[in-house]
Amino acid sequence: MAILVFAENIDGIYKKSSFEAVSYAAATATTTGDKVIAASLGTVEGGRLEELARYGADKIVNAADKKLDTFNPQSYASVISQIAKQENVTIVVLPNTYSGKSLAPRLAVKLNAGLVSGVISLPEISSGFKVKKTVFSGKAFADVEIKTQVKILSLTSNSYSPKELNKAAEIAEFSPSFNDADFTCQSVEVKRVSGKIPLTEAELVVSGGRGMKGPENWAMLEELATVLGAATACSKPVSDMHWRPHSEHVGQTGITIKPNLYIACGISGAIQHLAGVSSSKVIVAINKDPDAPFFKAADYGIVGDIFEVVPKLVIAAKNLKSSQH
Amino acid sequence: MKILVCISNVPDTTTKITFTDNNTKFNSAGVQFIINPYDELALTKALELVEKHQGTVTVINVGLADTEPNIRKALAIGANDAIRINAQPTDAYFVAGQIAEAVKAENYDLIFTGRESIDYNSGQVCGMLAEMLNLPSVNVINTLDIENSVATMERDIDGGREVVKCNLPLVVSAQKELAEPRIPNMRGIMAARTKPLKIMEPTSVTNSTEIAFYELPQPKAGCKMIDAEKAEELITILHNEAKVI
Repeated sequence: MAILVFAENIDGIYKKSSFEAVSYAAATATTTGDKVIAASLGTVEGGRLEELARYGADKIVNAADKKLDTFNPQSYASVISQIAKQENVTIVVLPNTYSGKSLAPRLAVKLNAGLVSGVISLPEISSGFKVKKTVFSGKAFADVEIKTQVKILSLTSNSYSPKELNKAAEIAEFSPSFNDADFTCQSVEVKRVSGKIPLTEAELVVSGGRGMKGPENWAMLEELATVLGAATACSKPVSDMHWRPHSEHVGQTGITIKPNLYIACGISGAIQHLAGVSSSKVIVAINKDPDAPFFKAADYGIVGDIFEVVPKLVIAAKNLKSSQH
Repeated sequence: MKILVCISNVPDTTTKITFTDNNTKFNSAGVQFIINPYDELALTKALELVEKHQGTVTVINVGLADTEPNIRKALAIGANDAIRINAQPTDAYFVAGQIAEAVKAENYDLIFTGRESIDYNSGQVCGMLAEMLNLPSVNVINTLDIENSVATMERDIDGGREVVKCNLPLVVSAQKELAEPRIPNMRGIMAARTKPLKIMEPTSVTNSTEIAFYELPQPKAGCKMIDAEKAEELITILHNEAKVI
């Protein structure tokens, strides 16, 4: 039996979330006794395939067809299901990225598999097969049992740290068969903001709320984020007022994130906002109102004027970073 | 153009979540249920499309009779008719399977779901339904224009946006910027009372997953306060004590 991992790449470079998924599969395999097979779709840069072995793959199936250089949920689901069937796979692990999210449900139907999206823990297999996921947009967790023979898990970013296992993996080339109907949808253009850390994968996040008073004041948050190597985020009112793009909105109707550090500047901490960030490892709240609900959900707090506090943090962070070099 | 919008009944965003029966069931006592916000945006977009291109908008929900107030609300917002599949939704596979069976002969040009439901956050119905109906799918779309049966959309991807073109028929899932929600007016509310609501019994499709139990997050041990005058100490603490930077 085998665990198959979808190792997603962007322009030929694997994402960190792919290494997390490979290491997660390797950890699962230590209890199930399965072999870990990583599926790589499309052309990857030379030498990169071996990275998958470093993080725990026993075998790498390389479907380096040019047709797969552009992500397409239909063709990807089809190719991954072909590999899964060939390799006698009982568990499929995918990163819960936008690509993973669009592909996993199709794969579940193709493989008659139960799917849990947004998994945050290793499976519990002592009685049945259960995994934990966040529900109610972060307000709670559910332990979900998968009842089908084939099981699919999509793993939340930052839920499992990649571990270097340095396995020696066999690389097998794979020639998929294609169906024209799988290419009905065509990607016309990909617009990625270069040099910015995607919020969904960021380990550190600096976030601003209404207390920031206006979009023109974001420069100091962006500076703090740049110094720390963090992504920027915002609360719902901020994106509703178009101070910041919707893609930065974290909370119940925005995105749910799980970074190591979340710094909330001028965000009061409404229940809907806390839902989206409460899984963060360390939370810092900075607010001039000592009664702001965010302090109850935070690990560290500063009661003060963000326009005085944040510049101090920027200086201190710069000093820390320069002392590290 | 014939459009289907799948709507889910979810707890209002302000709900404090609790559980009953040894944490195996969601406690719905006193909870206000709403149309899943992303599904409501999908509905508004569907109405904008038929206003421009002609056509009809049908809403479909898998749920017991207690979801009917929200189905009527969707009709009041402007949907032409509605279908309710009379079953407790157990997981996305079950819901997608029920909807696929109910609509497979209807040849909708466009089927909408929300990006995800705000209760179980799986975002699976769009892709499952598309696969079951053998249709293409594009998820998490922020824009949608249709010309000569070709849809052009912008979808969220990690770290950016992607422009995708696809021939109809098609299944899509709505993200936040797709539309602004509409508030039903009195005329809509009156009209909704007499709009057709068809109730269908579920087919034999079953669920593939089951929630064993729920947990609430552990409360934080307490917030360590740092003097604003010495705010720079936070950076030292995050580095030396919390070890996150």
